[in-house]
Amino acid sequence: MSTTTQTAPGTEAPSYYDLDEHEHPPGASTMLGFWLYLMSDCLIFAMLFAAYGVYGGSYAGGPGPKELFELPLVAVNTTALLLSSITYGFAMINADEQNKAATLRWLAITGVFGAAFLSIELYEFSNLIHEGAGPWRSAFLSSFFTLVGTHGLHVTFGIIWLVTLMVQVARRGLEPANLRRLQCLSLFWHFLDVIWIGVFTFVYLLGVLR
Amino acid sequence: MSDDLIKTIFGRLTLESFPIHEPILVGTFIMVAIGGAAVLGALTYFKLWGYLWKEWFTSVDHKKIGIMYIVLALVMFLRGFADALMMRAQQAVAFNGSDGFLPAHHYDQVFTAHGVIMMFFVAMPFVTGLMNYVVPLQIGARDVSFPFLNNFSFWMTVSGAVTVMMSLFVGEFARTGWLAMAPLSGLDYSPDVGVDYYIWALQIAGVGTLLSGVNLLATIIKMRAPGMSLMQMPIFTWSALVTNVLIVAAFPVLTAVLAMLSLDRYVGTNFFTNTGGGNPMMYVNMIWIWGHPEVYILILPAFGVFSEVVSTFSGKRLFGYTSMVYALIVICILSYLVWLHHFFTMGSGASVNSFFGITTMIISIPTGAKIFNWLFTMYRGRIRFELPMMWAVAFMLTFVVGGMTGVMLAVPPADFQFHNSLFLIAHFHNVIIGGVLFGMFAGVNYWWPKAFGFKLDKFWGTISFWCWVVGFWVAFTPLYVLGLMGVTRRLRAFEDPSLQIWFVIAAIGALIIAAGIGAMLMQFYVSIRDREKLRDFTGDPWNGRTLEWATSSPPPAYNFAFSPVVHDLDAWHDMKSKKAERPTTGFRAIHMPKNTGAGVILAGLSTVFGVAMIWYIWWLAAVAFVALIATAIGHTFNYDRDFHIPAEDVVNSEDARTRALQQAGV
Amino acid sequence: MTRRLAPRHATRPAPGRTPFVRHLAAAAALAVLGGCNTVVMRPAGDVAVQESNLIVWSVVLMLLIIVPVMALVVVFAWRYRATNTEASYEPDWDHSTGLELVIWAGPLLIVIALGALTWVGTHTLDPYRPLARTAPGKPVAANVKPLEVQVVSLDWKWLFIYPEQGVATVNELVVPVDRPVKFTMTSSSVMNALWVPAMAGMIYTMPGMETVLHGVLNRTGKFEGRSGNYSGAGFSHMTFWTHSVTPARFDQWVAGVKRNRWQLDNATYLKLARPSEKVRPIGFGTIDPALFKRVVAMCTKPGTSCMENMSHAGPAVNDRPQRTDEPEGALTRDPSQKGESPHSTAPQGKAPGATDPGAGNRDMTMLDIPALRRVNASKEA
Repeated sequence: MSTTTQTAPGTEAPSYYDLDEHEHPPGASTMLGFWLYLMSDCLIFAMLFAAYGVYGGSYAGGPGPKELFELPLVAVNTTALLLSSITYGFAMINADEQNKAATLRWLAITGVFGAAFLSIELYEFSNLIHEGAGPWRSAFLSSFFTLVGTHGLHVTFGIIWLVTLMVQVARRGLEPANLRRLQCLSLFWHFLDVIWIGVFTFVYLLGVLR
Repeated sequence: MSDDLIKTIFGRLTLESFPIHEPILVGTFIMVAIGGAAVLGALTYFKLWGYLWKEWFTSVDHKKIGIMYIVLALVMFLRGFADALMMRAQQAVAFNGSDGFLPAHHYDQVFTAHGVIMMFFVAMPFVTGLMNYVVPLQIGARDVSFPFLNNFSFWMTVSGAVTVMMSLFVGEFARTGWLAMAPLSGLDYSPDVGVDYYIWALQIAGVGTLLSGVNLLATIIKMRAPGMSLMQMPIFTWSALVTNVLIVAAFPVLTAVLAMLSLDRYVGTNFFTNTGGGNPMMYVNMIWIWGHPEVYILILPAFGVFSEVVSTFSGKRLFGYTSMVYALIVICILSYLVWLHHFFTMGSGASVNSFFGITTMIISIPTGAKIFNWLFTMYRGRIRFELPMMWAVAFMLTFVVGGMTGVMLAVPPADFQFHNSLFLIAHFHNVIIGGVLFGMFAGVNYWWPKAFGFKLDKFWGTISFWCWVVGFWVAFTPLYVLGLMGVTRRLRAFEDPSLQIWFVIAAIGALIIAAGIGAMLMQFYVSIRDREKLRDFTGDPWNGRTLEWATSSPPPAYNFAFSPVVHDLDAWHDMKSKKAERPTTGFRAIHMPKNTGAGVILAGLSTVFGVAMIWYIWWLAAVAFVALIATAIGHTFNYDRDFHIPAEDVVNSEDARTRALQQAGV
Repeated sequence: MTRRLAPRHATRPAPGRTPFVRHLAAAAALAVLGGCNTVVMRPAGDVAVQESNLIVWSVVLMLLIIVPVMALVVVFAWRYRATNTEASYEPDWDHSTGLELVIWAGPLLIVIALGALTWVGTHTLDPYRPLARTAPGKPVAANVKPLEVQVVSLDWKWLFIYPEQGVATVNELVVPVDRPVKFTMTSSSVMNALWVPAMAGMIYTMPGMETVLHGVLNRTGKFEGRSGNYSGAGFSHMTFWTHSVTPARFDQWVAGVKRNRWQLDNATYLKLARPSEKVRPIGFGTIDPALFKRVVAMCTKPGTSCMENMSHAGPAVNDRPQRTDEPEGALTRDPSQKGESPHSTAPQGKAPGATDPGAGNRDMTMLDIPALRRVNASKEA
C-alpha cells in the first residue's frame, strides 16, 4: 500500500484521498491467501492424526503395525519424497534466475520422484489389502489408510498441478503469474513433505516401536 | 435391459425414490414447480437471462456477490421456516393418542432439515454476504483479495443449498438431527440416501465457506486503505477478521469428520461404527470441535453489526473500542476450549466436566463486556430510533436472557437435567434468533440504502420488528417452561395432555413470527415500489462513521475513485468533521478483475458429482469429477483476468455523484 | 413431567432445600411458570433436588448483573433518545478506565463465584460417585449397598436387569424408596440417554460402552422416565414409568416378577433387541446373569466373540471385528445390492403400531415377545 500521501510534514492539512495512486500489482495477497489455505489443510491432517492417535491401538483382532509395516520400503518412499523437495528447491532457484529450461528439467525430476513415491505407496496399499488388512478390517487400519491416503491424494493433486504448471511455463515462460504459481506449488510441496515426516515418525516408526 | 445394467446406470435411484405417495411433498412440489415456472417464464419474457448471467451470476464484484448471498439466505430462510411451522403444528396437535399429521419418517427429516438449513444455508450465507458486502467498503478497498474465488465460493454454497432442496423431491433427507450423530448416521442405522445428502451438501458448501474465509482474511490483512492500522479498523471489520479466523480454523475439522463418516458409509471403514474398533463418541467430539466455534462464527458478525449500529445511531464514538477488540479475540480463542459442554452427559469425569463448564462461563465475561460497551455507547448519546437501532435494543434485551440460560446450561449437574430438553432448544433459539437473526436484520436495514440507494420503509419495518420480537417470546418462552417440565427435543407425539397448551402457545408465537416475515417481505416490496420517495442522494443516510458511507449509494463498481487515506478510527466521521474535500478531478483508469463463468460451471459440476455419489451412480460421479478437474485446469490457462475501467467512465460516474450531492445540498 | 408426576403419593416433604432456597425457587421459577408442574425444579429425589438448587443459585447469581443491565438498557434508551435535548450529549466520550475495570471485573467476580459452585457441584453430583446421602442429614451408612440396576437401551424400549434379584423388566422401573440406586448402562445399537427427571439428570447410554448413574427417590409414587437423546423413528415413545415403592412392596414386586415364566436369555434378548415401539411392560422371572456383560462387549449375536479377547494392545472401546451381516461400504457392493436395503424407501401407509400400541411398529419387525403378564407394581403404585 502506498503511504506516500499520508500526513505531510509541516503545517499542511492531512490528505484524505490518495490522489496519486499506483496500480496494485495483481496477486499481492496470493502467497498469504495460499498460506492460509495450507493452514486449514494442516488442520485436516491434524484431525486425521488425532483419529490415528485414538484408533492406533484398535486392532479389532486384526494385525497391528508390527506385522504390517515394512520399514525399508517406507524408508525408500520417504527418501523419494524428501529428494523431490530438494529438486523442487532447485527448480525454484532456476526459476528465480529466469532459466526456463533448467526450471522445467528440475520440475520434471520432482514429478518423477513424486510419482515414485506414489507408486510405492500404492504398492504398499495393494499388498496390505491383499493380505486382508484393508481399511475395513479395523479402526486402526481405517485411520492408517485415511491418513496416509489423504497425504497420497495431496501428492497426486500436486503432481497434476506440477504437470499443468510445466505446460504453462513451457508456453508462457517464467512470467510473474507463473512464478507466483510456482511459489504456491512450492509451499504446497514442502508442506506435504513436512506432513510426511510427521506420518513417517508418528505412524511408521512409533508404530513399529510400540 | 437387465436389472444390473439399470442399477449400474441409475445407481439406487428408482421410481420409488420420488415421494409421490406423500401428499405434503407432492403439494409442495406442485407449488414450487408453478412458482419456479412463473419465475423462469418471467425471466425469459423480460429477456433477463443475459442480464442476470452477465451482471450477476458471473460477477466477481464483492457487492453483487454479497447481495446474492443474502438473497440465497432469505430464500432458504423461507424453506427453513416452513419446516419450523410444520414442527410447531405437529407438536401442537399430536396429543391424546393422535400421531399428528407427520409420520416419524417425515417429521424426523423435517427437524433435521430445519437445523441444517437454518445453520448452513441461512445464517452462514447471511453472515458471509454481509461481510462480503461491507468489509471491502469499510476498509476502503476496491474488491476482495481473490475476486474469482469469491464468486466460486458463493456458487459452491448455492450448490450445497440446491442439493439439500433436491432431497425434498428426490429421495429423502437425513433423519438424524442436524449434526448427524454417529452411530445413528452410520450405514447400519441410516442406510438410505438421507445422510448422504447431508454429507455432500455440507461438504460442497463447506468448500465455499472455507475459501470465502481465506479470501476475506487475506482481504482484511492486505487490502486496507492507506493509513488504516489494525486498531483503526471499524469494529465490524474486526469482528469479520475474527470470524474468518474461526472459519479457517474450524471448517477443516468439519470437512475431516464428514470425510471419515463418508468413508464409513462408502468404503466400510470403522471410524464411528459400533464394531471393528470404531468409536461413535469420536464423532461427537470432533463435530463439536467444529460446532462450537461455528456458533461464534455466526454471532460475532452480529456483534459487529450492533457495534456499528449503536455507535452510529447514538451519534457517538463506540465506547471501549480497544476492549471490544480484545473481547473479540478472547472469545475467538476460548471458543475452542468449550466443545465438551455439548455432551457433559457422556459421562466424563467430574474434573473434565467442570473444566469445560468453567471455560464456558469465562466466555460470558468478554461477552458481558461487549454488552456493557454498547450500553455506555448509548450513555450520553443522542439515540435516533431508526429500524437498525430498534433491532439493536431488542437484541440487548433478548440476548442477555439467552446468555443467562446459556450459563445455566454450562453448570454440568444442571446440564444433566437440561441436556437435549426443550430448555436447550429455547436457549439456542434465544441467542440465534435474538442475536444472529436480529443482528442480520439490523444489518439489512442499516446497509440497504448503501446497497440500493434508498432506505427501507419504516412503517412495515416497524410492524415486522414488533411481530418478530413479540413472536419470538411467545414462541420460545413456552419451550423454556416445557424444558423445566422434562420434555426433550425431537419428540413427535405426546401422552401428557397438560403439555398441549404450551405447545399451542408456541405455535401461536410461530404464527406471529410468520406475520413478521410477511411484513418484512412487504417492507421490501413497498420500499422498492416507493424507492423514489425513499431515495438517498448523499450516500450517507444515517450520518455514518465508517468508510462505506464515504462513497455513493449504490457504490460504483470500483467503490472508491481514489483510495481514502485513514487517520483515525471512524475514518468517515473524521473526514466529515475535518471537512475533507472530495476530489472532483484527476480521475484515472481503474484496474479491475474481469467477470467469469468458471465459478458457476465448477459449482454445477460439483452438484452433479455430489448427486451421483448420493445415488451410487459411479460412472456419473467419475465423469463429473474428471470434468471438474479439467475445468479447473482449463481455468488456470486463462491469464487474461483483468481490465481497466476507462478514465472517462470513472469521470462520468463521479460527476453524477457530484450532481447528486449538490442536489442533496451537501 | 406430567400431572401424573405430581406428588400425589407424597409421604414426606421434598428434602434438600433450606426455606431460603425454596423461597428463591418459588420466586425465580414458579412465579413465572404459574401453576404448571416443573418436575426439574420440583423433583422427588435428592440428586435432582441438589441439581435444581444449583440451577436456582446460578440464576440468582446471574440476575445480580442481568437485571441491572436490562434496566440500564431501558433507562439509557429512554433518557438519551434524540428528542430529549435536555440530556447531556458527549459525542467523543469513548473511554473510562474506571468503568472498563468495573465492566470486566463485575462479570469476572460472578463467574468466579459460579465457577466455585460449579467445581464443587460437579464433583459432589458426579453421576459415577456413589451417593453419600439420600437426603440432607441422612448419610448413607457404610453397609448399605445401592440397588444395582443394569440398563440396556434397545430400539425403542428400555431393558432393566436386576442382577441381585434375578429379574428383569422392559419399560418399567421399580425402585424402593430412599434406597440409593446404581444404574449401569449401555445400549444395544445407537445412543440414548436414561432420564428420570424426578430422580436425577440424564446420562448417555452408548453401544459397547458402560456408563454409570447414581440416584435415589425420596417419595413413593409414579414418575415418568424417557430417553433423552434422539435415537430414530420410535424415539418419541421410548418412555417408561418409574415406580418408587416401599421396601416391602419392592420385595413383593420382585416375588411377583419371579413367578413370571419368561426367561431373559441370549435368544430372547436378540428377539427383544429388534426395533419395536410402544412396548408394554414385560417381566422376566429368570435372567442370564452374564447377559449384560455380553451386551456391553457386543457379543450377543451367535458367532461373535467378546471384545476382551480382541485387542493386542489391551481393551479398547468397541474393539471387535465386524459381523458378517453388517453392511459393507457402498463402493464395494455390486449393482444387484444397490437400493436393496430394507430401510431405503419410505414406509407406505399407516404404520401398524400407530393406532394399536404394542401391537407392532412402523417399517420394522413386530416385537416377537407378547406382553403376557403385566408387572404388578404398576397396579400397586
